[in-house]
Amino acid sequence: MKTNKFQEFITKYIFKIPEEGTSPERYKALRRNIIILMILVTVIPLSLMATINYYQYQKNLRDEIISPMNVLTNKTKRSFELFLEERLSTVRFITSAYSYQELSDPIILNKILSVLKREFDGFVDLGLISSKGKLLCYAGPYSFLDKDYSQQSWYHRVLISGRYISDVFLGYREFPHIAIAVQNLTDPNCCWILRTTIDTKKFDDLIATLELDPQCDAFLINREGILQTNSKFYGNVLESCQLDIPKGGQGTFVTESQDKNGRDIFIAYSYLVEPEYILVVVRPSSLILKTWFTFRTEIFFIYIASVLLIALLVYKLTDAQVNHIKIADQKRELAFRELEHSQKLSSIGRLAAGVAHEINNPLAIISQKAGLMKDLIETASNFKEKQKFIELTDAILKSTERCSTITHRLLGFARRMDVEHEDLSLNDVMQEVISFLEKEAMHRNIKIELHLDENLPRVSSDRGQLQQVFLNILSNAFAAVSDNGNISIRTWDEDTETVGVSIQDDGCGMSEKDLENIFEPFFTTKKGYGTGLGLPITYGIIKKMSGTIIVESKLGKGSTFTIYLPKIPNKILGV
Amino acid sequence: MYELENIRVLIVDDEEELAATIAERLEIRGIQTQTASDGDSALSLIKTHPPDVVVLDLMMPGIGGLGILKQINLLEKKIPVILLTGYASKERNIEGMNLGAVDYVLKPCQLDDLISKIQEAAKSK
Repeated sequence: MKTNKFQEFITKYIFKIPEEGTSPERYKALRRNIIILMILVTVIPLSLMATINYYQYQKNLRDEIISPMNVLTNKTKRSFELFLEERLSTVRFITSAYSYQELSDPIILNKILSVLKREFDGFVDLGLISSKGKLLCYAGPYSFLDKDYSQQSWYHRVLISGRYISDVFLGYREFPHIAIAVQNLTDPNCCWILRTTIDTKKFDDLIATLELDPQCDAFLINREGILQTNSKFYGNVLESCQLDIPKGGQGTFVTESQDKNGRDIFIAYSYLVEPEYILVVVRPSSLILKTWFTFRTEIFFIYIASVLLIALLVYKLTDAQVNHIKIADQKRELAFRELEHSQKLSSIGRLAAGVAHEINNPLAIISQKAGLMKDLIETASNFKEKQKFIELTDAILKSTERCSTITHRLLGFARRMDVEHEDLSLNDVMQEVISFLEKEAMHRNIKIELHLDENLPRVSSDRGQLQQVFLNILSNAFAAVSDNGNISIRTWDEDTETVGVSIQDDGCGMSEKDLENIFEPFFTTKKGYGTGLGLPITYGIIKKMSGTIIVESKLGKGSTFTIYLPKIPNKILGV
Repeated sequence: MYELENIRVLIVDDEEELAATIAERLEIRGIQTQTASDGDSALSLIKTHPPDVVVLDLMMPGIGGLGILKQINLLEKKIPVILLTGYASKERNIEGMNLGAVDYVLKPCQLDDLISKIQEAAKSK
């Protein structure tokens, strides 16, 4: 159903082209369709490619950002775990290696602390705590002897799990540190605990190994969201972290988020197993995605530029193509019309020739009979109506003469006009023709202006037929102008291959409708005495000579006949 | 001017009416005439009463005007032939002229025109 509707749409709006003719609408529709289709087939793949590229690049870039963050965070987490594990193992070793009595001796305990300080970073003090929670022996900078820890939660945690690593706290010492406590389990009767305090300055050193940009941040928090190290942007140690870290999970994750200042950030976080810290690395998106924005801007501009270029090219190409089609159509139509016209001329010619030939014999008989009648009357001496009869026979003879002019013209029209070529001057031919008409021109006071190009090249053409052409056109001009009218004749060298002749009159001119028909056989505006063959014959001759004839006319203003003739006809050139 | 009375003309045309009328008009002007409506009678007349000029229609049934013209040319005595034609085909006329016709007149013709051509032809004999 949807497909049908789509097809309907396509045929209705895209492919609907007026089928015939050379109407402007047809080319408009054609141009529109080609432009739409070409733009569709070019812009759709381009858009698809741009979109795919966009998302692919985004994905790749994200992967490129996320993976290193993930690796780095994980590595740092391992460093933290290793650091703590190392310290825990050391304390456990001491609990196993030394007896209660040995550790109760402040000298030995101090000695052990000094070794620890020398060999490992961060150890601050060491204390032996009895199973009742009382500090029995202490080595370190402070004096906590006899302090009772039995009410503190970590003490109970040690009693339950045998060991304990605390969150960071300030405690009595007023600097951030953690406590590691290990219960001695070798002597079931005496469950003493060894407790040490470790300076968390080492945490900062570990975070420094991340080598982060100034806009980045990294810190430790516990499961409650309390900062275990100082953060650049989200609070100081032991304050609540101002950044929401997703809860739960094991391992390392990277998410995108926004902090309280509205910065878009990537957060990489990793869970430590013991103690339950979370290592958080924060990088602002702006820093990472700078290249992404550059790429996005580039791809956007390239896309827009491509689309504009395509649109321009499509428009120009389509315009040229459609104009091509239009010209081809016009040429075809013109050729078709000319063919139609010449076929019409030739079939009319054949018909006319047949008729003319059949008429010629009876016409000859009428003419000779009338002539004989005249001869007889002229010789008769006593014939009452002699003068009247001579007039009558003269009228018959005149009419037959008119008829014979028509039949001879018809035959001339039908005749296969083989052009005989001779080297001639158009100016001379024109002068000859004008000499036929000089008498009439003088009689009617018609002014014939001659603008003949003295340097007009000679042409190879048929003198007789050219005479007929010029005579036909000039006769028409004489018929068109009133007495005292003007006729202007020009000849000129048009170009290397063509010469031009024009005959212009200021006579009655023709309407556009007449102008369309003047080369049609039997079309005449000279009521009663025109054969309607003069111009069709002229047209036929000019065409045979591979020439062109153009007529311009305005009713009441006059007409101009312009003829272009090849200097050397195609037949001679072998075309 | 060649004396019209001394010219004997044979008019050959299948349109007998036309041939007869032209003959009668020429007779009025003093020219002696004969007429024939086909090739055979024309050729036998030429043999029995050889004319000074033959006026010959080109379009005729049978061997046609050009056929008759060829036969006339075969004769020992040269007789000038004027072609009478209703056909404005230049090629045909040229063919006729090439076969030895001295001139041609287009149908329907002006009698004066024909007479002057007959006089010319007779002179050329």
